[in-house]
Amino acid sequence: MTTLTALLHRDLRVARRDLKYSLLRVVLQPLLFTFIFGFVMPRLGIIQRGYTAMLLPGILGLSMTLSSMQAVALPLVIEFGWTKEIEDRLLAPIRISGIAIEKLIVGISQAIIAGLVVLPLSWLLMGVHLSLGWWDVGQLILVAFLSSWLFAAFGMVVGTLVEPQQIGLVFNVLLAPMIFFGCAYYPWATLQVVPWFQAVVLVNPLVYANEGFRLALTPQLPHMSPWLVYGGLLVFSLFFTWVGMRKFARRAVD
Amino acid sequence: MLTRGLLTRFVNYMQTVIAVEDLRKAYQPRTRKAAEVKALDGISFGVPPGEFFGLLGPNGAGKTTTIGILTTRVLPTGGSATIEGIDVARDPVAVKRRIGVVPQMNNLDRSLTAREILLFHAEYFGVARQAREQHAQELLEKFELGERADEKINGFSGGMVQRLKIARALMHDPAILFLDEPTTGLDPQSRRAMWDFLHELNSKGQTIFLTTHYMEEADQLCQRIAIIDHGKLLALDSPTALKRSVPGGYLIELQVRSEDGAAQSFAAGLSSFPGVVDVKPEKDRVRIYADRAEGLLANAMRLASDQGVMVTDAHVAEPSLENLFLHLTGRSLRD
Repeated sequence: MTTLTALLHRDLRVARRDLKYSLLRVVLQPLLFTFIFGFVMPRLGIIQRGYTAMLLPGILGLSMTLSSMQAVALPLVIEFGWTKEIEDRLLAPIRISGIAIEKLIVGISQAIIAGLVVLPLSWLLMGVHLSLGWWDVGQLILVAFLSSWLFAAFGMVVGTLVEPQQIGLVFNVLLAPMIFFGCAYYPWATLQVVPWFQAVVLVNPLVYANEGFRLALTPQLPHMSPWLVYGGLLVFSLFFTWVGMRKFARRAVD
Repeated sequence: MLTRGLLTRFVNYMQTVIAVEDLRKAYQPRTRKAAEVKALDGISFGVPPGEFFGLLGPNGAGKTTTIGILTTRVLPTGGSATIEGIDVARDPVAVKRRIGVVPQMNNLDRSLTAREILLFHAEYFGVARQAREQHAQELLEKFELGERADEKINGFSGGMVQRLKIARALMHDPAILFLDEPTTGLDPQSRRAMWDFLHELNSKGQTIFLTTHYMEEADQLCQRIAIIDHGKLLALDSPTALKRSVPGGYLIELQVRSEDGAAQSFAAGLSSFPGVVDVKPEKDRVRIYADRAEGLLANAMRLASDQGVMVTDAHVAEPSLENLFLHLTGRSLRD
């Protein structure tokens, strides 16, 4: 346990030192999105004003999941594949799975911080009217935790599979489609006009995260059923955690 | 006295801190047609506490695999390895508590300063705050890193990186210090300083396990050396005993001046001396390869004066581990 807290302490120290860069990374993209889609385009009359309410949960979902994933995947790719820095921690007196769990905790924490920054920011900028009851706040916390966990675990899978020279490829080939097909910019329910597409995107874990935020933040708008949201989040979380931890152990011990 | 010495050796043997028994590591081939790669093919040895033990062999001999298994980073596919009686594969966490590891690569935490690297390492091992701060300061000064203690390690020289890696491994007072090729890539001066330091550390009682492909390094530092090649243990003994075991390991070179023919019969006479393995006469030089040097030089000089051969210069070369390796494998360690 002390070793685990020491590992967390190390990551906290590094994160605090790089705080301005992490904040920039977390905030810039949602800020641009919020500005163009939530401010400029409604004023140009290209999109309806109501669209911002549909967009807000997606922006929040994207920020949190991507933060979580990057916080886990990027250091792992570099440390396993290039600098071998992770060896230092693999020799700490803790089980290998303990080190993997520490990485997941770091990913989840970073996502929560990203969410705490992005949610008020885009809320203010877009001027979306949200009326959240206790029930919705509870759902928001649950969805936020599950989504962060899911993508921290997904980051571990990516981080242990990908070689450093393939990072660019991952962002273009894996992340871009995930983001575009992730129901961030449109609610899943509205896809019923293209049924095959609505079915296909269900393999994308990002859909459940974004729909989850839609469920919690804008329950009055069309969203996926809670059962499907929580079921999807939980199943994908468990699956990626299982795969990620196995891959991590295989990379850690020869 | 003799029995007491034997007893000590026996007790030491019983208290081996590292025990390796028929250790094997095979890597499954990538393709089905390729043969299985045997990185370790059944090696056994034991290291008593306080010993400076060396694993000598060319690149690819299995040194890093051995150290990898002993430091819980590689799982063996056969045999067993224990650290202070604890099986490395069964209880890696308990083993990690007892060992300090200096890997071949620079795996220092690049996000931290030199001091933080030491402090966090000790924190991982549960060393109390005050103790770790004091120990870090001591080690930073000892390793002459004090001036740059609060910088990140990006601009550090190879020698500084190496010293910091060792300081890090010592932060939790390990029972055994493992060093994988600690002086590879260092300039001669830094290497010499490193040797002095490791020697001092060992003389204070630190058990050290070192791998190297430099014969001089193993020769200078280690009390016992295991020579391995192709995953097999070829020899294990003290450097002196190992070198003595090379047949004709001693080389005596005589510069001679003589009448025609005298040198030939001189050489023939030399061959009949006990311990002489080979004699190579040349125009004004005779090379004698022998198992031992004691008395041989005096005998040779006597024979020379009897036969009217004048010896103008004599040189005795001690056997080297290089010769031994050549003898054991038929190839040079440097290849």
